[in-house]
Amino acid sequence: MSSEPKFFEQPAGGVVGKPMDRVDGRAKVTGAARYSAEFALPGLTYAVLVTSAMANAKVSLDTTQAEKAPGVLAVYTHLNIPPLAVLPNSPDKPKGWSPPMKYMPLSNNEVQYANQPIAVVIADALERAQHAATLVKVSYQAAEPIASFEDPKAKLFDPQAIQDGKTAGHTVRGNPKEALAQSAVQHKATYTHAINHHNPLEPAATTAFWEGNRLTVYDATQGITRTQTSLAATFGLAREQVRVITQYLGGGFGCKGSCWPHTVLAAQVARGVGRPVKLVLTRPQMFTSVGHREDQTQTLQVGATKEGKLTALIHEKTSTTSPWDNYAESNSKIIGMLYACPNFEASYQLARANVMPSTFMRAPGEAPGSFAIESSLDDIAYQLGIDPIEIRLRNYAEKDSNDGKAWSSKSLKECYARGAELFGWSKRNPKPGQTRDGRYLVGMGMATASYPVHSSQGTARVRLFADGRAVVQSGATDLGTGTYTVMTQTSADVLGLPPDRIRFELGDTTLPTAPNSGGSVAAGTVSSSIFVAAQDVWRKVKELARADSKSPLYRAKMDDIIVEGGTLMLKKDRSKAEPFAAILERARLTDIESTGMGRYGAGFEGDDKTTDQNSQPKTYSMHSFGAHFCEVRVDPELGTVRVTRWVGVHGAGRILNAKTARSQMIGGAIFGIGAALMEATERDQNFARYVNADLAGYHVPVQADIPDMTIEFVDEKDPYINAMGVKGIGELGMVGVAAAVANAVYHATGKRIRSLPITPDKLLGTAATV
Amino acid sequence: MNNFAFQTAASAKQATGAFRDDKQAAYLAGGTTLLDLMKLNVLQPSQLVDINSLPYRGITETPDGLRIGAMERMSDVGENALVMQQYPAISESLLLAASPQLRNMASIGGNLLQRTRCGYFRDTAFPCNKRQPGSGCPAINGENRNHAILGTSDQCIATYPGDLAVALIALDAVLHLESAKGKARRVPLLDFYLTPGNTPQRETTLEPGELITAVTVPAAEHARKSKYLKVRDRASYAFALVSAAVGLDVQGGTIRSARVALGSVGTKPWRAQAAEQLLVGKAATEANFRAAAALALQGARPHKHNAFKVELAQNTLVRALQDVAG
Ligand SMILES: Cc1cc2nc3c(=O)[nH]c(=O)nc-3n(C[C@H](O)[C@H](O)[C@H](O)COP(=O)(O)OP(=O)(O)OC[C@H]3O[C@@H](n4cnc5c(N)ncnc54)[C@H](O)[C@@H]3O)c2cc1C
Ligand code: SF4
Repeated sequence: MSSEPKFFEQPAGGVVGKPMDRVDGRAKVTGAARYSAEFALPGLTYAVLVTSAMANAKVSLDTTQAEKAPGVLAVYTHLNIPPLAVLPNSPDKPKGWSPPMKYMPLSNNEVQYANQPIAVVIADALERAQHAATLVKVSYQAAEPIASFEDPKAKLFDPQAIQDGKTAGHTVRGNPKEALAQSAVQHKATYTHAINHHNPLEPAATTAFWEGNRLTVYDATQGITRTQTSLAATFGLAREQVRVITQYLGGGFGCKGSCWPHTVLAAQVARGVGRPVKLVLTRPQMFTSVGHREDQTQTLQVGATKEGKLTALIHEKTSTTSPWDNYAESNSKIIGMLYACPNFEASYQLARANVMPSTFMRAPGEAPGSFAIESSLDDIAYQLGIDPIEIRLRNYAEKDSNDGKAWSSKSLKECYARGAELFGWSKRNPKPGQTRDGRYLVGMGMATASYPVHSSQGTARVRLFADGRAVVQSGATDLGTGTYTVMTQTSADVLGLPPDRIRFELGDTTLPTAPNSGGSVAAGTVSSSIFVAAQDVWRKVKELARADSKSPLYRAKMDDIIVEGGTLMLKKDRSKAEPFAAILERARLTDIESTGMGRYGAGFEGDDKTTDQNSQPKTYSMHSFGAHFCEVRVDPELGTVRVTRWVGVHGAGRILNAKTARSQMIGGAIFGIGAALMEATERDQNFARYVNADLAGYHVPVQADIPDMTIEFVDEKDPYINAMGVKGIGELGMVGVAAAVANAVYHATGKRIRSLPITPDKLLGTAATV
Repeated sequence: MNNFAFQTAASAKQATGAFRDDKQAAYLAGGTTLLDLMKLNVLQPSQLVDINSLPYRGITETPDGLRIGAMERMSDVGENALVMQQYPAISESLLLAASPQLRNMASIGGNLLQRTRCGYFRDTAFPCNKRQPGSGCPAINGENRNHAILGTSDQCIATYPGDLAVALIALDAVLHLESAKGKARRVPLLDFYLTPGNTPQRETTLEPGELITAVTVPAAEHARKSKYLKVRDRASYAFALVSAAVGLDVQGGTIRSARVALGSVGTKPWRAQAAEQLLVGKAATEANFRAAAALALQGARPHKHNAFKVELAQNTLVRALQDVAG
């Protein structure tokens, strides 16, 4: 393998990076693409969940009438549902178990959160199941629920660690308290964030069936392997007895990144009725089944010099968690690394409440964390009369303050400069509340974006046919972001074939294992694994040629043979050449295949330099960075904010497809604008139950809320990330967006809003202040 | 959803006849309110009577003004040239409502009878006096940011959420009704909606089985110079936080007639006649508009999360008046 390039160099005329149309576009618009609820299996039955009205209760159920309703096959409650091999809360839960939920509905008569499933009705038609579900009689022995950390009944505690132990509950670097006390500038502010829900267009859906002891599920999941592992553990099966298929996904944003109870329930009841079962969550059920971004408040204290250089950061976060876990987004990570600051402290406080667990949602931690630091820094910039970009440059981090490591690459200065140029930042009046356009106050704000490259690995298989076609496979999922397309492009370039000769397959656990499509790891890991597999295919073809006396490359040295556009040739004498097909034919091979593993930190510099034996990064801190620029128009009398211009410039390693990447960044910015201006799930504080759990009540941005957006990428070659140099862009585009909006609102009005979303009620009274 | 019978009515007689021995029947027009609430089990009619083929059509100019058939669709009325030119507030209230798809389905009669968007009303897991009289009103001590500040009672603080009714009530619209006995009557929209009082389940003076056949609106200078202004949490496809429908007839700087109504602040579409009286004979100045707006909000009773509506409603009203005054 030593002769093989470890880092992808684009061949002349290659398609990687080109704005290629989606290869699955036609299938999607014609309806040929099948999502997890669209497999019409013979004998299919329909499951409907009966959910709890109360958030804290014991239930007893009378299912007599429901069972008698026409078309009903079964009604399952905790009393008769086919049992699981292990429960998530049992101490002997097997390794590999990864559901985020440490509690399984219908495992007893308890209800711990509103809308928890308490019965499942299965019928031969959806409508019949829906009707029968209304006939299940429920009696509640209810207790008062705890609604949130703000509930007077809630008990706050200091967790050892949050996020399943991934982040320490308390971190100190340097001597922050003392440093703060001695700082010329001391800034303290509290930020709140509403509950947000992912709300992908496609709801969660599972179609499950059993063949003896083998379980197959079509599941709307971002990670088929994680779902496979979890189902195997739950049912006491070997992994190979469980097959998970996800051909297409209509968005996920993190809420489909875990195996949630509804998937387990679907498989349980399918076993019970002995027929395939389809379970599709309703939109209201989506608010209480697949997690959310938690309600939270953060207090950030910042110490700085008169020149605006940071001296101390002290961050405290308080948030609501479920009755069973210690989940909180780790907001402090980005606060600790974004700028150079020697003294840093972060602590988390939690309170248990009768709520469904919260979970990762696009840029978990980075999104709300950046809102805090980027708002506070903006405040200090105004206070000291320093331009917001300038204060960021003065605090530019030459290395990762969290771990002291050098960056593998960082183009943030270019992002600031190019963004400012595209946006016309220099024309901005530095004083807030001064720019008017008729009735409107105009404001311009900016913020930094950053997202880590998470540790990851995955495999792919490349099968090259003698007829000049290839099938490339990896058990990844395509959230709708373009995985099918970018992997087709990658395969085309590494095999030297036109893209229409490549079929890329994903979304099936019978394929080589790939990571969850989450944490922005899929594009880099899967493309790298394809690259590595293709190199091994070429190695095999070269071996064949060298050993073949009829080949012009007979007895050539491995290192002397190169491959261009599917033709093997001698590096020094290109006339000694032969297309791979001829070599395969003489060897009487119809095809040749290899698998390859793509890994984090396994770029050009080699495994040994960037990772230790646990694939952990050794030398470099790997992050993508960017800058957002936002213009708003605020109507000071009516309190309305409209984003009127948007510029985002990012450095995220190699960009695999200019078009789908742009769509991703636009999507991220829109997601962030939603969180900034309108998204909020309201939980009643007496009932611990949501009151706006549908898309009429929970506002996501519509076309009219979003202006034309300018998105650019800074060319970035990062040989340390992975073999393709791809950092991933799923979440970067959202980080800092809320702050950029809030900073623009401040610039427009002179009013600092620290509570998201920034709805009209929070801006009233602005007219009087400017 | 429950089982229900279904019939298509070929005539008004057949339609109203369905209610003779079935008090739980319901008319089906566009279905965008009715089917939504049926799926949520909030409404459980025993029978649906499809009235879409009844001949209550036409958007016409009569000697008295505008006549709109109850079965006309929101989109057709909103985009009608006569309505746009002579009654701009009506057109605007329709085109700023819901989404194009919903406006293509939804009828004028159904629109006026849309139900509150109070989240407690829409979720049968909660108590709610409007849905289940006597069960309680969790909104009063709950999430009441969207709730009413005018016309509330200790039983219910839900808003009437629609847009069109606000414009119509401002412009003195009259409803044309036909009863089960074939009797026709006319009711000024002003007398049609009820405040909750002790019977929040009763929202209008419509009798069981009574049909809305048409709406008429008198022609007037203040109708030609009218406007509907809607403030909401996002730029489109959202119910109002606050809205205002106003009409002004200003001659030589003096207001000769004024019409003022507010939406999403009252338990019914809120006509502010005291504010109108204050304006008549006065100059069309911001100060007078402010005074009128203050009067319109007199007696407002905010709750924990909706106090902002007092200021927002006044600002919205002033803005709308400024816009029509030119
Ligand atoms: C997501 C969403 C967003 C919306 N946004 C807005 C908005 O921003 N602004 C707004 O104003 N509205 C909005 N609406 C409400 C919408 O305008 C109404 O649902 C619609 O106008 C109702 O008309 P319909 O014909 O569909 O009524 P239906 O649902 O058919 O009927 C509604 C009620 O009226 C009765 N009825 C219908 N016609 C007659 C008649 N001729 N005589 C007697 N009774 C009758 C029915 O029995 C039923 O009780 C929204 C609705 C939805 C679902
Ligand atoms: S405000 Fe009215 S509709 Fe809402 S919960 Fe109270 S009684 Fe029900």
